[in-house]
Amino acid sequence: MTQAPEKTRPSVERPADAEGPAVGRPVDRVDGTVKTSGEARYAAEFPFPDIAHAAMVHSTITRGRITGIDTAEATAVEGVLAVITHENAPKMVPPGRPTPLDLSSMAPGTRVNYLNTDEVHWNGQPVAVVVAESLEAAHAAARLVRVTYDALPATTDFAAAQADATPVKGNLLEIGEAKKGDAEAALAAAPVSVDATYTTPPQNHNAIEPHATTAVWDGDRLTVHEATQGIEWVRKHLAVRFGVPAANVRVIATYVGGGFGGKGAVWAGTLLAVLAAKATGRPVRMALTREAVYRTVGGRTPTRQRVALGAGRDGQLTALLHEGVSAVGRMGGRSEAVGSQSQHLYAARTVLIRHSTTEMDTVPNTFMRAPGEAVGSFALESAVDELAVELGVDPVQLRTRNEPERSPTDGKRFSRQNLGRVYADGAERFGWAARDPKPRSMRDGRRLIGWGVASAFHMPIQLPADVSVRLAADGTVLVRSSFHEIGVGAATAQAQIAADALGVPVDAVRVEHGDSDQPVGPMAGGSGQTASLAAAVLEACDRIKREALALARKAPGSPLRGRRPAELRATGSGLFRADLPPGAESAGETYAAILTRAGRGYLEARTGSDNRLRAAAGQARFMTRFLLDRRRWVRAAIGAHFCEVAVDEDTGEVRVTRWVGVFDVGRVVNAKTATSQLRGGIVMGIGAALGEETLLDPRTGRIMNPGLGEYHVPVHADVPAIDVTYLDEPDPTAPAGILGIGEVSIVGVAAAVANAVHHATGVRVRDLPVTLDRLL
Amino acid sequence: MVEVQLRVNGTAHRLELDPRVSLLDALREHLGLTGTKKGCNQGACGACTVLVDGERITACLALAVQYGGREITTIEGVAHPLQQAFVRTDGFQCGYCTSGQICSALGMLAEVEAGAPSAVTEHLAEPAVALTDAEIRERMSGNLCRCGAYNGITDAIRETAGVPS
Repeated sequence: MTQAPEKTRPSVERPADAEGPAVGRPVDRVDGTVKTSGEARYAAEFPFPDIAHAAMVHSTITRGRITGIDTAEATAVEGVLAVITHENAPKMVPPGRPTPLDLSSMAPGTRVNYLNTDEVHWNGQPVAVVVAESLEAAHAAARLVRVTYDALPATTDFAAAQADATPVKGNLLEIGEAKKGDAEAALAAAPVSVDATYTTPPQNHNAIEPHATTAVWDGDRLTVHEATQGIEWVRKHLAVRFGVPAANVRVIATYVGGGFGGKGAVWAGTLLAVLAAKATGRPVRMALTREAVYRTVGGRTPTRQRVALGAGRDGQLTALLHEGVSAVGRMGGRSEAVGSQSQHLYAARTVLIRHSTTEMDTVPNTFMRAPGEAVGSFALESAVDELAVELGVDPVQLRTRNEPERSPTDGKRFSRQNLGRVYADGAERFGWAARDPKPRSMRDGRRLIGWGVASAFHMPIQLPADVSVRLAADGTVLVRSSFHEIGVGAATAQAQIAADALGVPVDAVRVEHGDSDQPVGPMAGGSGQTASLAAAVLEACDRIKREALALARKAPGSPLRGRRPAELRATGSGLFRADLPPGAESAGETYAAILTRAGRGYLEARTGSDNRLRAAAGQARFMTRFLLDRRRWVRAAIGAHFCEVAVDEDTGEVRVTRWVGVFDVGRVVNAKTATSQLRGGIVMGIGAALGEETLLDPRTGRIMNPGLGEYHVPVHADVPAIDVTYLDEPDPTAPAGILGIGEVSIVGVAAAVANAVHHATGVRVRDLPVTLDRLL
Repeated sequence: MVEVQLRVNGTAHRLELDPRVSLLDALREHLGLTGTKKGCNQGACGACTVLVDGERITACLALAVQYGGREITTIEGVAHPLQQAFVRTDGFQCGYCTSGQICSALGMLAEVEAGAPSAVTEHLAEPAVALTDAEIRERMSGNLCRCGAYNGITDAIRETAGVPS
């Protein structure tokens, strides 16, 4: 039955060295050599001769007050420089309230003012930091710090805490409730319906690079090498907390070893490294242990969701209800918007979407790849599959039959609408037509085979982004911006965009990134980095071309004399008339010729402003445009997942044996890196489907599996060849036609697996992960 | 403090080390060879994989003082077509697991060459092991990649081992 193509099929046929535009080609990553030779340095890898090492001490109670800390034994350890507690720590300014006027105010992961308080808010909160000459001394001494507490009652059982859930009101950036018609009544009246409860567990990002900070004070100037997805947030937040001007703080994050949302906010390790450097007067490195990452950095919060669907016998949806409750930390965290995709994906006549949250005394939750949709889609897309079974309709047909003309809840237009196309392509690539819909109808020896599908849907955000572009007389180009290379191929993509915009070869473009001394780049989040940067790079390149033309137009000997921008194209490292073949005599000239004649070494353009007021005004303009745009359009990346599983009939072991994913993500900048990123989301989704779960002891809220040996992420053997394709058509409403691709592909994966498991076994699992005990 | 002679990438180093120092920390903190990565420090992720006398080990679970006189190879000492293959097939994203994946793959290919079977080897009595994708995936499963670049890694290893796909 299994028809696995052994070799992954290439997604795009255009070779890397083809003629024509760089955008779209499978260009090798510009950081390929430094990452395969071990040269690329990450946050914990910058040498300082007098570096000191810091280690955290974690609370062993969940909530209460510290009554005493005995540091004598730890201090006596040879090589220990300081044991920092709330009794002797330098003061930090408490974190402020988040405000929409400055997005960086959302930086802190929690409201706790670490080591400036005797309060304990979750099991594992840092209560002391040991600084020592060596890693060994720091970690050994950390175990010798004796803390006594007065414990208070705490809320640590999500199942019990749901009784206290309160509705999420929602605002411009966060969805609360959405309503159309009387969905409950329509559900009750529907000839066919399903109404079920689904749960998803807490999950952790588990980037392979643990969070790390190297902090160096020089007077009131601070330099930080940081594992972060948000350089600007870190810079501004540290300035606030340590009472220095933001201009005095430099944050460097050239390479970051994965993030997935976990390095978006500023967490304890960053603050405490800077605090320890201040307390000891030494450069301090805080490289978190894997356990410390679990205890001090939030993950994806658990959810309980109800999805109810009503339909006519023809499969037309008459009611769609999606209600979710999620946990938030009492000291921070946000609602998991599980109903996000349910507002737009299917044409239901009535809709009810509601979110509520309940506070728990745990490390505050945070963004994790496709917050909301990643787990919301498990419930929605499982329920759609259940409805297909009830109706006796093919699950692909049920979905495409309900593709909406306009967004069902608010009537907004879609910038693109290709759900039917991605399903048709996927069905053909997968061989879906051969499916016998009956559960347990396909087998391969003692393994039951099942096929499942699910939709992917994600709305990328746009972010303010500034860049500088410099075109030198020798035809080389330098792009600078403090954006993040967390593995998405960001520098490679911007090199391709700049190359096409200026008409130069890709290898003539160098991209510098990851340093707050550069123009302020966007954070790596919300699938927004590439498109946001592209808009700025195009603007800067446009200004350079105009300036180059301005130089040439006035020059007596130039073939561009008197020409207008609209008549020209950037190609062959210069400007040439669009109506003549590029080789033609007097069609135009190279930048080298223009700049040499004008006696200029380079041309440079920079977007945005260094001036604080102008920069703030720019950000306000950006937010206004972004919000107005959001009112006008539903702009989403979408996809269709096709999954085959093989389930051992005796042991219940589930293996994913085949995967086809077809996506519409607007224009694809780099066929190679885009394919990898889309695959990566599917791999992480397979993890969520089959193994990933952060286990909290419900009595104490203590994480019981804070390590990669006990928290099971997918390994090589869990992942088959994944066939990824995409439509590759520019979105006319997005910068350069690009929609973000970082998150869409994880959405729907867990449902596709669970639906395939149902098809294989006849067992419907509504609680993630689908472990074998749930199938026996 | 204990004196230890470490031979790394063909160069001998004499170090005075706290006996608790792991081979991984000796490489990263004492020799400045930060290409070998620390992902979990408990042998679960494989990011710290290095070759010792040609065999792959997780350096975080090894004490440096036990490795005096052995031939240690880190990513900085590797010059192999597999590295270019990783770039070609996009066998990485963030790059943090990559050094370990490459060192592990080189050790793994030597194991296959020597005829060592794995959990998925069908015919244990055969002297030669066929390097199928299933064999590659099984044998590389000690090296986690959270970005999910597994397809590209398998492609790179298959290409480099000269096995037609």
